[in-house]
Parts: sequence; C-alpha cells; structure tokens
Amino acid sequence: MAQPKIAMLHSRVRVEEKLLIQAFKNHNVPVDLIDDREVVFDLQGNGWGKYDAVLERCVNHSRALYALRILNDWGIPTVNTYEVAAICGNKLETTSALVRERVPVPRSKIAFTPKSALQAIEELGYPVVLKPAVGSWGRLLSKINDREAAEAVLEHKQVLGTYHHSIFYIQEYVDKPARDIRSFVVGDETIAAIYRYSDHWITNTARGGRAENCPITPEIDRLSRAAAKAVGGGVVAVDLLETADGQLLVNEVNYTMEFRNSIDTTGVDIPSRVVDYVLEVANNR
Amino acid sequence: MSNQLIAECPECAAEVTLPADVMEGEIVPCPECGLELEVVSLEPLKLEQAPEEEEDWGE
Repeated sequence: MAQPKIAMLHSRVRVEEKLLIQAFKNHNVPVDLIDDREVVFDLQGNGWGKYDAVLERCVNHSRALYALRILNDWGIPTVNTYEVAAICGNKLETTSALVRERVPVPRSKIAFTPKSALQAIEELGYPVVLKPAVGSWGRLLSKINDREAAEAVLEHKQVLGTYHHSIFYIQEYVDKPARDIRSFVVGDETIAAIYRYSDHWITNTARGGRAENCPITPEIDRLSRAAAKAVGGGVVAVDLLETADGQLLVNEVNYTMEFRNSIDTTGVDIPSRVVDYVLEVANNR
Repeated sequence: MSNQLIAECPECAAEVTLPADVMEGEIVPCPECGLELEVVSLEPLKLEQAPEEEEDWGE
C-alpha cells in the first residue's frame, strides 16, 4: 500500500504537537508541518489535494474552524471535521447537539439580552454559571451567587464585550465533588480518562487542576462515546461532571484536545492512538 | 555542551539554553525574566516574545 500523505496544521509547537510528530515518526509516516500563521488558502485553487488526511492542531479556534471548512470543501479528510469543530468550539452548539441526541447535560438556558438573561438566571436559581459560547481553558467563566452579581456581570458583558458576549449561555451550577472527569475518545473507543482535582470550582489543568487516573466505568464509557457521536465523532476530549446524587452529565466536548498531563497518568499512549486514527482516515479516503 | 543551543532573550538579554532538537515554533520561558518566548527561526537561532493568549485560544 502506498505511503499515506499526511499534513499537520499547527500554530505554536506545543508538547502535544511534538508528541504527535514523534508518534508519526514511530509509525514511519512522514508528516508535513504547516504553520497556520504562514498558510495562505487560495480558494480558487487546491494546493492540498496530495494529502490523504490533515490533522488539525491549531491553538486558535477560529483558524482551525475556517481551515477545516476550506479543506473539507476541497474534499480533503481532516481530523477533526469542520462540523465537529463548529459544534465543539461553541458551547451553545455543543449543548444543543447533546440535548438533541439525549445525552444528559446540566440545565442550560440561552438569552440574548441582559433582561431576558436575568430572567433565565432567576429561573435556574443561584448559584448559576455564565460562560461565553466560544472560549476555552476556563477563561471568562462566572459563578454568580446572587442577583446583584448577576446584574453586574450582565452589564459588564454587554458594555465591555464584543457582540458574541451578548449571547448569554447560562448553566445550572453543578455541586461536584472538587473534581471533574476528562475522557479521551478516539473513533468509537474511550481510550483513557482522568479526574481533574481542584479546590477552585474551575478544574481546567490550564488553571492548575491536578490530574489523576480515572478508571473507565461502563457509564463513563457509554456517556463519552455518546457525547462524541453527538458532536460528529473523531478525536475528542469529553468533560463530565458528577452530580451530588451520583449522576454523570456532559459539560462540554473539546476537538483539539490537549493530553500532555494524561499520558503518564493513565498509562495510555494517547498520541499514538491519535496517529492510528489519522492513518485510518487517510487509508479510507 | 554539544547537545544544546544558546540563544538570547529579546527582553532581558539573558542566555537561554535550548535542546539541540528544538523546533521552530516551540515555546520556551526565559529563565531570568520569565517572558514566554517563541523560537521563530533556527538558522539563525532567534527568539521573540511569544504571542499572548487570545480570546479564541484553546481546545
């Protein structure tokens, strides 16, 4: 079988990208590295036709999204696809897709003005969580404990934020046990999971959360795969919350997953599994 | 040492030691002033202040 031609679209070369490059080397598959800061897409031309698959590893969600749109329109298989990026990159889209596919999520409401947002907040009751629809790494999350705080945060978003901060994504606060769960799904398999422990209510490891191995129970496996399927499938990291009465809810799904703290923690060679999947996509072209 | 490269921090001029297999686009913190630096070229070896986190960065 001819050697598949693979490209990896990247921004800064992080630990994850270095691990993926090494994993491609270990598989004896060369990979072209394309920097999203230098790339120019000629929409009337297709300079990427030689690639059997492209792995997207951008840091900017917007660059990833539009690069994938263009590549998919050109018929080039990508990991992940534009649809997955569009859904996962926007919490409103993600929650709507999960609800549509009957995957359990925290109670969530959407409003377009501070007045209707306040009404939605009071319907859910305090404390409540506000998030920008597009955002990551725990940025700009608000845990709002009372009406005065709600009014202040809503006014700040309206006055100081760009237009997308006027889409108010409101979620019930889930009283979780000082941790959440991040599971890694590749194709149709939950390959690994970690607990992220933090004294802070925001558990992202980017904000100091500590990772520990999480055994993949049948429930974690079922929910993770259902969430991955609901957003379109591929290589995703699913964030799960445990409620006080032992239920699991899907909080969000990440499509350019970070895994540097999860390899030794879980004993799973995550970059190698990602490369396996990319090669599978390339060979199915 | 032959398996290391030396570059200069653009902010504080400190010596920044890099492994010989460092890649273009890698991020390294300056050991003295702590600024996040990016390896913008290998030949010649050059460091610049890394771009700061933007609103749409993440997973």
